[in-house]
Amino acid sequence: MRMKGPGNMFRSLVLAAVVGLSGGMTGAAQAKVVGLEAELQDWSFAGPFGTYDTNQLQRGFQIFQQSCSSCHSANLLSFRNLSEEGGPSFSEDQVKALAAEYTIFDPELEDGERPATPADRWPAPFPTELDARAANSGALPPDFSVLAKARGISQKFPFWAFNYFTAYQEGGADYIYNLLVNYGEAPEDAEIPDGQAWNNYLARGLAMAPPLDDGFITYDGEGVPETLEQYAADVTAFMMWMADPHLVSRKEMGFRVLTFLFLLAGLMYLVKRKIWADVKH
Amino acid sequence: MSGNSSYNPTGAVEKWFDERLPILRFSKEHLMDFPTPKNINYWWTFGAVLAFILVIQIVTGIVLAMHYVPNSELAFNSVEAIRRDVNYGRIIQGTHAVGASMFFAAVYIHIFRGLYYGSYKAPREILWILGVVIFVLMMATAFMGYVLPWGQMSFWAATVITNIFAAIPVIGDPILALLRGGFAVDNATLNRFFSLHYLLPFIIAAVVGLHIWALHVPGNNNPVGVEVKSSHDTLPFHPYFTMKDLFVIVVVLIPFAWFVFFAPDILGHPDNYIPADPLLTPPHIVPEWYFLPFYAILRAIDFDMWFISSKLGGVIFFGGSILVLFFVPWLDRSKVRSGNFRPLFRPFFWLFVLNFLMLTYLGAQVAEGIYVLLSKVGTAYYFAYFLIILPIISRVERPAPLPASISESVLGKAEASGEKGQ
Amino acid sequence: MASEATSGTTRRDFLYVATGAVGAVGVGAAVWPLIDQMNPDASVRALASIEFDLAPVGVGESFTITWRGQPIFVRHRTEAEIAEARAVPMEDLKDPATDLERVVEGKEQWLIMIGICTHLGCVPLGQKPSDAKGDYNGWFCPCHGSHYDIAGRIRKGPAPLNLVLPPIEFLSDTIVKVG
Repeated sequence: MRMKGPGNMFRSLVLAAVVGLSGGMTGAAQAKVVGLEAELQDWSFAGPFGTYDTNQLQRGFQIFQQSCSSCHSANLLSFRNLSEEGGPSFSEDQVKALAAEYTIFDPELEDGERPATPADRWPAPFPTELDARAANSGALPPDFSVLAKARGISQKFPFWAFNYFTAYQEGGADYIYNLLVNYGEAPEDAEIPDGQAWNNYLARGLAMAPPLDDGFITYDGEGVPETLEQYAADVTAFMMWMADPHLVSRKEMGFRVLTFLFLLAGLMYLVKRKIWADVKH
Repeated sequence: MSGNSSYNPTGAVEKWFDERLPILRFSKEHLMDFPTPKNINYWWTFGAVLAFILVIQIVTGIVLAMHYVPNSELAFNSVEAIRRDVNYGRIIQGTHAVGASMFFAAVYIHIFRGLYYGSYKAPREILWILGVVIFVLMMATAFMGYVLPWGQMSFWAATVITNIFAAIPVIGDPILALLRGGFAVDNATLNRFFSLHYLLPFIIAAVVGLHIWALHVPGNNNPVGVEVKSSHDTLPFHPYFTMKDLFVIVVVLIPFAWFVFFAPDILGHPDNYIPADPLLTPPHIVPEWYFLPFYAILRAIDFDMWFISSKLGGVIFFGGSILVLFFVPWLDRSKVRSGNFRPLFRPFFWLFVLNFLMLTYLGAQVAEGIYVLLSKVGTAYYFAYFLIILPIISRVERPAPLPASISESVLGKAEASGEKGQ
Repeated sequence: MASEATSGTTRRDFLYVATGAVGAVGVGAAVWPLIDQMNPDASVRALASIEFDLAPVGVGESFTITWRGQPIFVRHRTEAEIAEARAVPMEDLKDPATDLERVVEGKEQWLIMIGICTHLGCVPLGQKPSDAKGDYNGWFCPCHGSHYDIAGRIRKGPAPLNLVLPPIEFLSDTIVKVG
């Protein structure tokens, strides 16, 4: 679309207007090399009717606890959240026992340490950013608390406009999922620094080595495939919950509010019509 | 306007009160009996919608201030604490954030209605100017409010927008330091923005009071643009327009609630969920959607003009695009108010609307290639509309014949539609 | 035509009443969250009850913990102190209460109280070995000179009541839940 020179200016203008009107303009128009087109997932929490799948959140928590949390912090997650309604819904006793396995730094105590309680935040794997960088060859593993809302995918022009009507808010989840399942061999012409792993989705090297692989975590119970894709979907769902823990109750309230507003709008319309019935306007 | 009051105090107490503080008389006169043109259409309900949203924003804002911490170390997490832990915090915070968008959507409808129906023309110039003042105050308030969550977009919005003032020759840099309270945007900036973000809405409310005062002197304009001639042309504000306005307010609450409950983050940007980092600019920073047209104008000036650098030029055009609104009453000299009777005006007006939408779209795109060119064209038309097209049209246009009165236009229309119906 | 439409008869019209009622419900439902947000939030409620272990506290030692933002005095009383507290005749007390009423039966050695003087809210001394303990070997409030005995009962000074007891529950021999 780039045309130079005054002669082409008018033509490019007309062309752009035509293209623009026909809705063919691209949304973000990134000229950068972008890897793969994000494959949108069918999330249980998508859309106005979406809710979290409790079992999936529990599996996702297992992955977070056993894998991610050794490098990534989740500073805004409290243990008590894990037993709250609309989340992984562990029992309070389970959460209490889980918390007790972790140690909290408490400056008010003589020895400075005590076992965590449900009221405590999830302890960070590294005490400071410098420690985190030192342990991860200079890279800082991002905090997980709201990460699922801090990422997004780019969509082309007419498609993002639909999001306002479908309430698509899973761009961050789709981003994380696609990142997790698209590690691979670097193309021959790509140069990546030592110690980085190539990611096809982002089309660049990442400091994080592929964190998940088929069968590396054993799920309790049967029927859930222990595959990379399943792990990625589960941990992504958990991260989405962590970022938006009141999603379910928010939507439930939304239905009550919208029902009410439609009723009131209907009544107000009748009132308005009745009042104006004998007026010519 | 005075003399519309049918308030007759009954009883000694009411009479005693009325002689000392005639607030009931005043309310009855201005909120109930006020004669309002009976032909005003639904575009005229957005004033009431805006007043309603202002109240929502002030109420939810006061509530949020009970929990928010204006400190650069704590602000981000305090907003998250509101969303996560405060009772109904997710809803209240969502309402305030979505409310800003609804506020601007409504104000744009309100402004374009005024532009189409010539509501800025004599004797309503002061009314219009007060409206533009409110718009400017809204922009300042919304901008400073956006900084408060102290995410990446907050921080870089604050950096970029305060930098605008650095473009002013000679005194630019001292002003920049004064605004920021430091050499860069930092805790001092956040604190003052919080203070001003709390203050400005009350100033807006005061100017809204003046705006309504200025409205109640000449009374409402109307779709025909012919002044009220007799009491046959009007209806009392209550119940006719109170109920109509309330109906529209409830209707507006439907998309409002849709966003708050089902997509509270869709109007924002993911980057604002990353805590502010003064050392790392996000690759593609964009303002909130309601600033995009003006942002596109700011970016369109990427060339030096004469002795004016492109930076200063962008700022001049950015400021000018809002300043020009103050002069609209004197740029459009046509005696006819309503666009309905101005055949030459109409296509240029609608092109202006399209152009404004295009600038909104362009403001969100990366500043390269065709987008830069289109931004320049859009900016040129924006200014040409006010500075060239409106003055010329008002000289050369031959308006369609106006009805003698509001009643005549209404009854004529009613009879015509009556015949069709039967 | 305007005044006729709003006259008394139509005002009572069912439609208007119904709409008004529905609108009032909506206003009420919208106002409640704005009030409820002032209640303690989830992070505060999570600390409404705390648990702690008494095992490390030796006989004759005291320690202070924080519960709902207030100091909780815990004292591991000696046999002599318990005997002293029980020997006090009721008529000597400003706010009569037996020692047994102030401890959990079978756990008489553990005295657990809210460490706030019932006079005007200062925190009394007496937790540290070096503190002044007042005339009755318990706690002493330096603000206005209230003396509490080894059961936390007010004995002398302006305070009207004994030190307040928080709701406690022994979950095991040494684990206590407050709140």
